[in-house]
Amino acid sequence: MAQARKPKLAVWKFASCDGCQLSLLNCEDELLAVAGHIDIAYFPEASRAMAKGPYDLSLVEGSVTTPHDVELIQRVRRVSKYLVTIGACATAGGIQALRNFKDVQEFVSIVYAMPEYIETLATSTPIADHVRVDFELRGCPINKEQLLEVISAFLHGRKPNVPPHSVCIECKRRGIVCVMVAHGTPCLGPVTQAGCGAICPAYHRGCYGCFGPQETPNTDSLSKWWSHLGVKDQDLVRAFRTFNAWAEAFREESIAHEK
Amino acid sequence: MGSSSLDTELAVLERDHLQLLLDILGKRGYRVVGPTVRDRAVVYDDLASVTDLPVGWTDEQDGGIYRLKRRNDGALFGYAVGPDSWKKFLHPPVVRLWRDKTGGNGFQLVEEDEGVPRFAFIGVRPCELHAIAIQDKVLLNGKYRDPSYEARRQGLFVLALNCGHAGGTCFCASMNTGPKATFGFDLALTEVLEADRHYFVVEIGTELGAEILREVPHKAASQAEKATAEGIVAKTAGQMGRRMYTTGIKDLLYRNYESPHWSDVAKLCLTCGNCTMVCPTCFCTTVEDVTDLAGEHAERWRKWDSCFTMDFSYIHGGSVRASPMARYRQWMTHKLATWIDQFGTSGCVGCGRCITWCPVAIDITEEVNAIRRSERGS
Repeated sequence: MAQARKPKLAVWKFASCDGCQLSLLNCEDELLAVAGHIDIAYFPEASRAMAKGPYDLSLVEGSVTTPHDVELIQRVRRVSKYLVTIGACATAGGIQALRNFKDVQEFVSIVYAMPEYIETLATSTPIADHVRVDFELRGCPINKEQLLEVISAFLHGRKPNVPPHSVCIECKRRGIVCVMVAHGTPCLGPVTQAGCGAICPAYHRGCYGCFGPQETPNTDSLSKWWSHLGVKDQDLVRAFRTFNAWAEAFREESIAHEK
Repeated sequence: MGSSSLDTELAVLERDHLQLLLDILGKRGYRVVGPTVRDRAVVYDDLASVTDLPVGWTDEQDGGIYRLKRRNDGALFGYAVGPDSWKKFLHPPVVRLWRDKTGGNGFQLVEEDEGVPRFAFIGVRPCELHAIAIQDKVLLNGKYRDPSYEARRQGLFVLALNCGHAGGTCFCASMNTGPKATFGFDLALTEVLEADRHYFVVEIGTELGAEILREVPHKAASQAEKATAEGIVAKTAGQMGRRMYTTGIKDLLYRNYESPHWSDVAKLCLTCGNCTMVCPTCFCTTVEDVTDLAGEHAERWRKWDSCFTMDFSYIHGGSVRASPMARYRQWMTHKLATWIDQFGTSGCVGCGRCITWCPVAIDITEEVNAIRRSERGS
């Protein structure tokens, strides 16, 4: 075991804010253990030393938004034994997928002085729309404990303990009082996947849906209850149209409330 | 006064002496836990003092709605049950079952034997006594006893409370589980608030309860005090916010496995699992095996699970209950019908938590009514 070759890890970036790959660097207490058991072979955000592939595990952050991305992700797939996407951009297209609801060329013409320099796709799409993905780790940003769990699981050939159920189960296990029932605060927790540790309800805020739709999200029923709480259609659109706007269940629900 | 006469005679404890009772429990080494206000709800947590209780608070409850309100008196127990149940102490949401301590050289399993406190529960409602009795049946009867539950359950001291306030979603009266405690307590209180006096009528359930009461100033209850306490419980029984029609309920649900009504409720159901988390009898758990990065340490953790998740019924090839309809039907049919065949009792104690804490107000009593109506209609 000790003599065995250390597995090679690569961390790739597409359209994203870098927050998720920073989660790996933020594993302060565990970072030495990670470095001790894994050869961090390619991680431009952390080191200029970049070893060539193939890699045992590639962590891919960000969404596909340019023609260059479309090509690069194919190459990443080819050099990776396992490809795990991390974060809302990589798993759902991210906040930048808001462009998918609009005409991106119109934005480009208004925002940039020299629009002809901008080469971009009409949509921001998750990695899984382009290549086979072995596991999707949700979150905006991802949770570092879940990241370590996924890395450990892939290193040892076991299934990661990353449950796809609602935030509510996580909330109740922590003994957090339900903000929607006890305070009347609209919360996306019942339709959102667990993993964050129910951070927002712990601070008396409704869930913002950072981890995307849970396994069987009933967004229609939750929207009706939100309306009952006084939330208007336009605000329902905004609630479902954030970091995971392009995730199917959230996308369809936001469109349903668009006038 | 001999214990045998104390067992049948009711006593009276003045409100100002309740603190002494808590102190005695603390001195005897109990971890004293009970209702307290946190985040605008009555939750169960450690109690250092009577003032930690929700003094002068009550609640308004309905489907999907819970609001704390001020009372115009200093009642200590003037509210119905909140989101917590005692299972958070007896059957905790997250428990490590074992760990491997070899550090990669072989495998040596170390069972968890963390010091479990002896609990004293303050203010256990009659429905909750029934819930604990049901979890006892599930987790302590038969061939496979749950050592984690057993360790916490042993030596439990129960100070029960006969309800003086029924919540908007309470229906213990129709489940025959309240509002008066009939078993499973060491001492049971009925809180009495009068214009110039605040006291408890105390019923003794066990010799231990009698022993502890003897250490606190008390006196025998007068006929008038007894009648007052009885009147309070009777009044509560008449104020139930909900009612469950239980006649033939097992056969009703067995007959209606294919009822179209299940699809109606599935349209509402969020499959979020809240009902199972707050239910004081739901006992299901999942286990997660974890390893560290080096592969040198392994641990097994147990966590509350819910029949509303896909993983719950996952077997080779997929989930058995893939549709929300199948999951809601499973939960309700188990709770109210198959539970009876499995454990000799209903799985429902009428506490109303699943109604209040359902984010979209699905009402189990109303679902039973709807099944009855759909049967009559067809």
